[in-house]
Amino acid sequence: MGQFLQQLINGIQIGSIYALIALGYTMVYGIVRLINFAHADIFMVGAYVGFFLAPVMAKVFGGAFIPTIVAAMLITGLLGFVMEKLAYRPLRYKSRLSALITALGVSLFLENFCSLPFVFGPQFRKFPDLIVTRQIAIPGNLGLIISNVLLLDVGVSVVLMVLLFWFVNKTLIGKQMRAVAFDKPTASLMGINIDVVISTAFIVGPALAGAGGILYGTTYGMLASPFLGIWPGLKAFIAAVLGGIGNIPGAVLGAYIMGISEAFATSVNSNLGYGIAFAILIGILLIRPSGLLGKFMPEKV
Amino acid sequence: MRRLFVIILVCALIAGVGVGCKKAEVKPTEQVVNLGGIYPMTGGSATFGTSSMQGTVMAVEEFNAAGGAMLDGVTTTINYINEDDAGSPEVGASAAQKLINQDKVIGIIGAVMSKVTLAVAPICQSAGVPEISPTSTNEKVTLVGDYIFRACFIDPFQGKVMANYAWNTLKVKTAACLFDNGNDYPKGLAENFRASFESLGGKVVAYEAFTDEDKTVDFKAQLTKIKAAKPEFLYLSGYYGSTALILKQARGMGLNVPAGGGDGWDSPELVKIGGAAVEGGVFSNHFSKDDLSPKVQAFVAAYTAKFGAAPDALAALAYDAAGLFLDAFKTAGSIKGSNIRDAMKNTTFSGIGGAYKFDENRNPIKAAVILQIKNGQQTFLTTVNP
Repeated sequence: MGQFLQQLINGIQIGSIYALIALGYTMVYGIVRLINFAHADIFMVGAYVGFFLAPVMAKVFGGAFIPTIVAAMLITGLLGFVMEKLAYRPLRYKSRLSALITALGVSLFLENFCSLPFVFGPQFRKFPDLIVTRQIAIPGNLGLIISNVLLLDVGVSVVLMVLLFWFVNKTLIGKQMRAVAFDKPTASLMGINIDVVISTAFIVGPALAGAGGILYGTTYGMLASPFLGIWPGLKAFIAAVLGGIGNIPGAVLGAYIMGISEAFATSVNSNLGYGIAFAILIGILLIRPSGLLGKFMPEKV
Repeated sequence: MRRLFVIILVCALIAGVGVGCKKAEVKPTEQVVNLGGIYPMTGGSATFGTSSMQGTVMAVEEFNAAGGAMLDGVTTTINYINEDDAGSPEVGASAAQKLINQDKVIGIIGAVMSKVTLAVAPICQSAGVPEISPTSTNEKVTLVGDYIFRACFIDPFQGKVMANYAWNTLKVKTAACLFDNGNDYPKGLAENFRASFESLGGKVVAYEAFTDEDKTVDFKAQLTKIKAAKPEFLYLSGYYGSTALILKQARGMGLNVPAGGGDGWDSPELVKIGGAAVEGGVFSNHFSKDDLSPKVQAFVAAYTAKFGAAPDALAALAYDAAGLFLDAFKTAGSIKGSNIRDAMKNTTFSGIGGAYKFDENRNPIKAAVILQIKNGQQTFLTTVNP
């Protein structure tokens, strides 16, 4: 029982980071019907921003965690905005295939450009310790030990998700985003500025990924290379599809399911842990392609 | 008039060619031949690549400064060409192709990681170019063919060293292994440890794996399983990056048993990334800079003066591997691969790792050292002879 709970906790921790990335994928898809393949690399940039800025933040502000995560979110939000303006906006009314290929191109560009020695460099980086890690023994006789980093991961993710829900459901710009996701041409006829809405999606989504990058760095303590975003990004994308691509609560649900199944599958066999993500993808596309919480939206001619 | 001009032009060209031909008959008294090196300059073992390259460069420079080799009366010096394999067998294989076909190297020193050497070796074997790996310990490497050598001990011996240490010195009865099962070196070494430990009477209570250390950062699922099996000793047969992460996560879960590993731990990055989690860990290695023999100390001093940091086992082995190759090249007095190979087989070279003598599989018979991380530094514990 103790092992079961421990694996469950491990899965929730992984799922929290996947959730922050999956939210970005799902928001962008919902509004522009584009899978932003470069989103995983924005996550990577967020992690490296943390690596480079944390010492500066510690000196200027004293405590390092909150200023670093805020800075990472601002920088990745800006990066998302610039990416949309330069790479995706010119192709907005062209074929979706062109946008998809461009997204792949941006992803490859970010990964390889950041590997250059004068940018982030290809070598291992030790992520600075933003908080003092402590073990917390859970009372009871199950022998569970968790780290305070786990509480940080889940806590920060939940706070950001709550903020996002408020933003999307209770603010005017959020309502505009939901309108554009529902029916873009009619929304523009209603006087909604499509450019502003799309740019907002490309700021908020990447900002969440940037926060995910900081949490990743804090949890694992090491940045292997600028290609570190590929695998978490892939799993987060599958999580978004699992929950229903375009559906925000779906992305969160999908991410936690992915994290927990990965933890349990790995405990059986490590190769199964890798395969489970793709097995889930195939399964959901066969059984319920619109995702767990998604609605089946046929093209109305 | 035009035709006359063309005829004169053609005659001038022919005369020019004739003059050019005459010039090539002068014989050179000096020549430079290329020697290749394939190391992981980027990726998860980048510190291994830098150390190995530096050790090789030092050996080549000393060889050239001492006058190089004499081939048919021509003084021959070495131009060293370094290639990056990025820790990938595919990149290593294409680097080998480039060195052999384009640069026409007389030999290749490399690679570091066994999985890369296993990809490079068949290419060298079929091209008849001798290859010597400084540090690939997986036993399959030299079995590829008779042009393939190595300068280090092999994993069956290395696994036994740590198994004996755990059983006899630490007196633990149970152990757990966690290794990368997509990579020949950690997988082979873990198997060797398990076989040795169980033959001594111990029990490996958990034998967990992950795939591809470049892609895995989260080991908590495997560590949860290992912790539940209650081992007294944790054997981590992989490289320093994944080992540091595993130990950090293990200690974070309350798994505080002694940990041990192999020569993949040998990097300052282990302590840098792992911090307090790696403290007290022991590992088997080829070389200790605290070895008091005068040859080792001279090497340590010269290397530190040249590169600004003390050498690790990678640098020492690369220095010896290159030294051994160049010594054989000098003895053979020829750039022909088969001649150099034969000279290497019968070598009596004595390097900082001691006297090199190859067995029938071109593996040297060498001792191992056991080092421990104490206060963030590698400290020498003991030497183990084969």
